[in-house]
Amino acid sequence: MRKTNMKKILISLLFLLFGTSAYADCNIKSGSINILANDFPALRTFVETAKGCKGSADFKVTHSSEHNKIAVPALTANPSEFSARIAANSSIVPLMNQDLIRPLDDLVKKYGKGIQDSQLITIDGKIMAVAFMANTQHLYYREDVLKELGIAVPKTYEEVVAASEKIRASGKMQYPYAAAYKAGWNLAEEFVNMYIGHGGEFFKTGTAQPSINNAKGVATLNMLKKLAGLSNPDYLTHDSEAIKVEWESGNVALMTLWASRSGTLLDDDGDAKITAATKLTGPATVAGGNIPAATLWWDGFTLAKNRSDADAEATFRALAHAAANKKMVADAADQAVWLIEGFKPGPKSIGVIEAVKMKAKPYPMLPQMGLMHGALGSEIVEFLQGKETAEQALKDVEAAYMSKAKEQGFL
Amino acid sequence: MPNKTFFWFFLPTGLAMILFIGLPIISTGIQSFYAQHDQVVKEVKKCDPFGCTVSIVVDQEKTSKIREEKPLGKFNGFGTYVDRNHLAIEEIGNFWNETNSFGEFVDQVTNLPFYKALIFTLTYCLFVTPNVLLLGFIIALSLNAVTRRIRGPLIFGTILPMIVTPLVGSLVLFWMIDAEGIIGANLQMLMDDPYLSLKSSKTLTWITIIIYGIWHHSPFAFVVFYAALQTVPQEPVEAAIIDGASRWQRVRHIVLPHIYPVVTFVALISLMDNFRVFEPIIGFSAEGSAQSLSWLIYDNLVNEEVILFGSAAATSMMTIVGIAILLAPVLIRTWKEFRTAR
Repeated sequence: MRKTNMKKILISLLFLLFGTSAYADCNIKSGSINILANDFPALRTFVETAKGCKGSADFKVTHSSEHNKIAVPALTANPSEFSARIAANSSIVPLMNQDLIRPLDDLVKKYGKGIQDSQLITIDGKIMAVAFMANTQHLYYREDVLKELGIAVPKTYEEVVAASEKIRASGKMQYPYAAAYKAGWNLAEEFVNMYIGHGGEFFKTGTAQPSINNAKGVATLNMLKKLAGLSNPDYLTHDSEAIKVEWESGNVALMTLWASRSGTLLDDDGDAKITAATKLTGPATVAGGNIPAATLWWDGFTLAKNRSDADAEATFRALAHAAANKKMVADAADQAVWLIEGFKPGPKSIGVIEAVKMKAKPYPMLPQMGLMHGALGSEIVEFLQGKETAEQALKDVEAAYMSKAKEQGFL
Repeated sequence: MPNKTFFWFFLPTGLAMILFIGLPIISTGIQSFYAQHDQVVKEVKKCDPFGCTVSIVVDQEKTSKIREEKPLGKFNGFGTYVDRNHLAIEEIGNFWNETNSFGEFVDQVTNLPFYKALIFTLTYCLFVTPNVLLLGFIIALSLNAVTRRIRGPLIFGTILPMIVTPLVGSLVLFWMIDAEGIIGANLQMLMDDPYLSLKSSKTLTWITIIIYGIWHHSPFAFVVFYAALQTVPQEPVEAAIIDGASRWQRVRHIVLPHIYPVVTFVALISLMDNFRVFEPIIGFSAEGSAQSLSWLIYDNLVNEEVILFGSAAATSMMTIVGIAILLAPVLIRTWKEFRTAR
């Protein structure tokens, strides 16, 4: 079942499908549209495209990297501040938990011409979101540095460690590896990736009981620590933006970073020599596993429940216009891996396509996963600082998670 | 002022305080006793661009019914207060029984999030408050001694740290202490250690935040002390000079006793402010090494994708209790002075 679906995505990603051109109908007469979205180039393009279709409707958008903090309170209000929220696998969960978004079945049927079936996020048979791009974290490498030292492009994290050690030993770079290890969400995301790469499960099957304090968890932490030792000593303060800067200053030769950041990394800003030598490859595997130590993400739009039907309709029509827009996909082909019909993957899409090919797992869409993510972000820091053992850190994570899960009624 | 006049004088302020401070605190207090209802989950099929899986979601029909009946949630009493992420009564009991030495026990306790945050908060208060008082007083004394012509610009320069928004101030310092920043790089050269990083070491991060705190708060103490110095009567000072008292003796025996009530006031405000330390932790991205009680509240409210109102409310209430305990000695003393004065 899973396999055929994977194939379907691959096909839609790799081949250009010729369909009858089907732009969404853009004759919006009334309603008001207000969108909350994260802030990166692809999303800006997407929202701009939707704006082109607003007709006589009111149109407002808030792009913020703090979108996660705003979303739940803003959508809980009645009427909700936003009529739509651009969400991802993880951020749709709190909206689902609190029952803040509406099913889109009717709207898709009425106005969803051109949206492919593979774009629909269905939960319990109801369409809850329409996805338009895919994302993952994968490896970036400096071709010139690796070539000069005779290092093959690493395929596993063990090879990443060996390569980084070799680069350090050569004296070329002191901290050859970088990843977003900033304490909190980013660090937890690195743990999630690495743990999934080890084949770990976060919860005992069918329950909200944590199960990360095991050999795989310990191996995950040890690998993270090894990599941290090869990174800039300030790694606990570095988010995606900070390591991008490190990369562009030429301090780093191997890096794990979001695919959606490749656009800004490969643009004309910065040192042309570094940009030319920056190459992308799939995510690495770890500990002999065959699925990559990375998670697949989709970005899609959801509609607020606490908003009038008229606003929802106007918002859907504008966003559906963008979510089935071949021109946008062609013009902005290097900004993202679009899931929209007509997308021709370019060199900047290699990371995601490789990840899909390698059967990377999607980020777990579980109601209690946010609590686990939060507990990981703060409790594994002391292990990385060398202040406690891996077992103690994992025990702390489980304990912190359990208190929070009890308060939230999951346990 | 007769008590009656005082009452009418204070009434508008009092009402505003009840409305904007009192009621929210009561509401927070009530919230801290509640937890979320037990989540009713069901297994469903979920499909996304990467395939379909069978997984769980919150059953909205059943949950919304329970929520409508009791919108506040499940009554939890002091459950949130004593859980592992707060006072951790049970865990501490276990540590006491399990550990072999007292040092080990302390290690285990300070590994708990609430105590970790409490220790940082107290350390910050303990180092920042006295230094702010001392530095503020020294600056006020020296500025009071310089010639009037350059006093204006000097005062302006001195209160700059207070004018700069805390977040901006800490960000500036954050970039300066970066391994490639002006302070960070020079320290590496001075110490001859290319791996030295102010941000990765817990101790150095604490020191940085404390120094930042002193820098940021001193101007407040300075301004108040400077104003108080203007009221010191000149006659006794002149008499002391004639009697041959040194500068230090004049400060110790005339100036300090005169401005003593102001010192108490600054100490109080400073303590309260420092107990709520928050911005520098965000500004310095120091969450990994330093957490304060205020940061814990922030973390519960925004850092998770799920908002933990109960946890945040419980920590807020304990912060209020903490401030009350810290201020108690000073308040009791003021009350006694008030009684004797009457």
